[in-house]
Amino acid sequence: MFSEKDPTIEKGGTKMKRKKILALLVSAVLAVGVIGCGGGEKESTGGNESGGDEGGLIKVGIINNDPNESGYRTANDADMKEMFTEENGYDASFAYSLKNDEQISAAQQFIQDGVDYLLISAADTAGWDTVLQDAQNAGTQVILFDRTIDADESLYVASIVSDMKAEGETAVNWLKEQNLGEYNIIHIQGVMGSAAQVGRTGALDEMAKAEGWNIVKQQAADWNAETAQQITQSVIDAGTSFNVIYAENDDMARGAVAALDAANISHGVDGDVVIMGFDTNKWALEEVLAGRWNYDGQCNPYQASYIHDIIEKLENSEEITEKTIVMEEKGFDAATITQEDVDTYGI
Amino acid sequence: MQKSGTKSKSSAGQFFAELTRKPIFIPIVALLLLAIFNLVMDPGFYAIALNHNSEGYPVLSGSLITILDNGSELAILAIGMTLVTAASGGQDISVGAAVAIAGSVILRVLCGTETQPESLQAPVIVAFLLACVVAMLFGAFNGALVAFFRIQPMVATLILYTAGRNIAAWINQNRLPIVSEPSFGYFGGTIPGIPIPTPFFIAVICVAIIALVLKFTTLGLYVQSVGINENSARLNGLNPKLIKILTFVILGLCVAVVGLIKVSRISTINYSVVAKDIEMDAILAVALGGNSLAGGKFNMAGSIMGAYTIQFLTTTLYKYNVPSEALPAYKAVVVIVLVVLSAPVVKARLGALGKKLSSKKNTAKEVG
Repeated sequence: MFSEKDPTIEKGGTKMKRKKILALLVSAVLAVGVIGCGGGEKESTGGNESGGDEGGLIKVGIINNDPNESGYRTANDADMKEMFTEENGYDASFAYSLKNDEQISAAQQFIQDGVDYLLISAADTAGWDTVLQDAQNAGTQVILFDRTIDADESLYVASIVSDMKAEGETAVNWLKEQNLGEYNIIHIQGVMGSAAQVGRTGALDEMAKAEGWNIVKQQAADWNAETAQQITQSVIDAGTSFNVIYAENDDMARGAVAALDAANISHGVDGDVVIMGFDTNKWALEEVLAGRWNYDGQCNPYQASYIHDIIEKLENSEEITEKTIVMEEKGFDAATITQEDVDTYGI
Repeated sequence: MQKSGTKSKSSAGQFFAELTRKPIFIPIVALLLLAIFNLVMDPGFYAIALNHNSEGYPVLSGSLITILDNGSELAILAIGMTLVTAASGGQDISVGAAVAIAGSVILRVLCGTETQPESLQAPVIVAFLLACVVAMLFGAFNGALVAFFRIQPMVATLILYTAGRNIAAWINQNRLPIVSEPSFGYFGGTIPGIPIPTPFFIAVICVAIIALVLKFTTLGLYVQSVGINENSARLNGLNPKLIKILTFVILGLCVAVVGLIKVSRISTINYSVVAKDIEMDAILAVALGGNSLAGGKFNMAGSIMGAYTIQFLTTTLYKYNVPSEALPAYKAVVVIVLVVLSAPVVKARLGALGKKLSSKKNTAKEVG
């Protein structure tokens, strides 16, 4: 009896097991396939391994954030891809991730592949010391772009960054010049702790303290338009009066404006509420041009030409005089903006 | 007969014990607590005013209207999530990413190849129907992984959770299309002349449809029997695999509706943040509705009530200047309390406590 039963039981057991293993395999393949399509994998645009010094191409490894993150990032990535081509003498490989650890392992891979230059826009400021030391030992030159990191200056040759604090200061100085008489500000913040949030919030906080401006609401909306809409709505619902919306990016300014429109509060030039945004998305500059917004601050995504200059200098054994290059960034006022500005600076 | 007899004689303790056993008890108590808190802190919270929007049409405004407006998206998702939870004993964590995909499809169809078209390239209904098909296909994909490959729903939907937003971006080739046609804003705003936000009406329609379906079809019964015991459901002639996939497809339909509302609200999309973490709110709504997250019996009304309760909580927290990144922490406290309360150990203890109270009163009466 038992001897007859046992094998069938076992048969069933292995069948189940086999099914489970199959299921696991299939899902693993699916996962890898799908994620692979979506990004997060390295892609090489230039030739293959042999392309190094022999072919006269300069090998660069570029580590960037996910291009889907924002309009800024999309423009930044497109700019990089346009600059680092074979025609311009580069053999470029790209790696994308919003996670620091993935970026660091990509950097290690690039160093092992023997790239000449490593270009990094770090997801997070901390944790880069070891890998940068490895790069130095391997003779790889490191150039930081867009974002700085907490590491010794000797570990990289140059950094090309946006000064978020300066962007904020340009904006609040503009706001001060408007002489509104009374300042009741709704301040909508980005993701807390990000460089853009810290810089832009810092500038407003200092000015508000110095000038005695009243910040009626200061809340993080995590770059999200709908959250900004809800926050603005909550101020309107509470019946608090305000005359300035200082949103730390364009999306959030758009969300806030949607709440104002629903409540019939006029905004923009000759309106009751001054609208301020950042990042100069093309559509945002068009809003400024149309007078529905008052101000939009630039955050320059085009670092590729600066990097190209530095690499050329290094290749010609010239000295790099400036370690940190802060890019010039503008603020656009509804009173002075032109269609040309929209076309030139819109991203 | 017997039941009603004991009921009339029952003491306060027994009455309380019976009340707490009703699934809808939890969301109602939570809602009442929030309502009382707001009433004490600031009665102005309940003020509703009739204003005009910038186009000159009348609109109602006030915190309660905001709750009805924003809670509706969650209520629609909670419908699908309840069915998925009941049938498969797990949750779909990819709804946020799927909303991004549905929204992206809608904008892609409306804008065609341009980023900012002067006029719509296709009727909204066509875009919406296509989004429905796409979202239902992704739902079927999730459902197939769960039903045929027996992968834990959370793990199965992790795939789309990870890749969904990239797919959404890819659909529009990373561009950020903007719809300038004002009538597209009606779905997430208000229809001219009607002062109540449209999302509320959309939610009412969805709730009515699901109520009719549950009343006049066997869907509810089948879903519950698959969730309670898949094998016995199969032995009784049901096809558990099909029913599981069906629940995911229904959730896909809910996702498409929410996608339309989301992109209509601001007439554009941001792939990385649209409907971010909405899956957690949807799951919380199901839990708050007194449903077991391990599947089986479900209570649709509780879930929908739970969704509006969560929005009530969110709106309250915004009002008191709680930073939006701290919101999940407050919601986490709610989840902890709910999970602990619904744990069998605690339930048994509470039941014993209730009995003790009632028996004490009874003995006291007898002595007196």
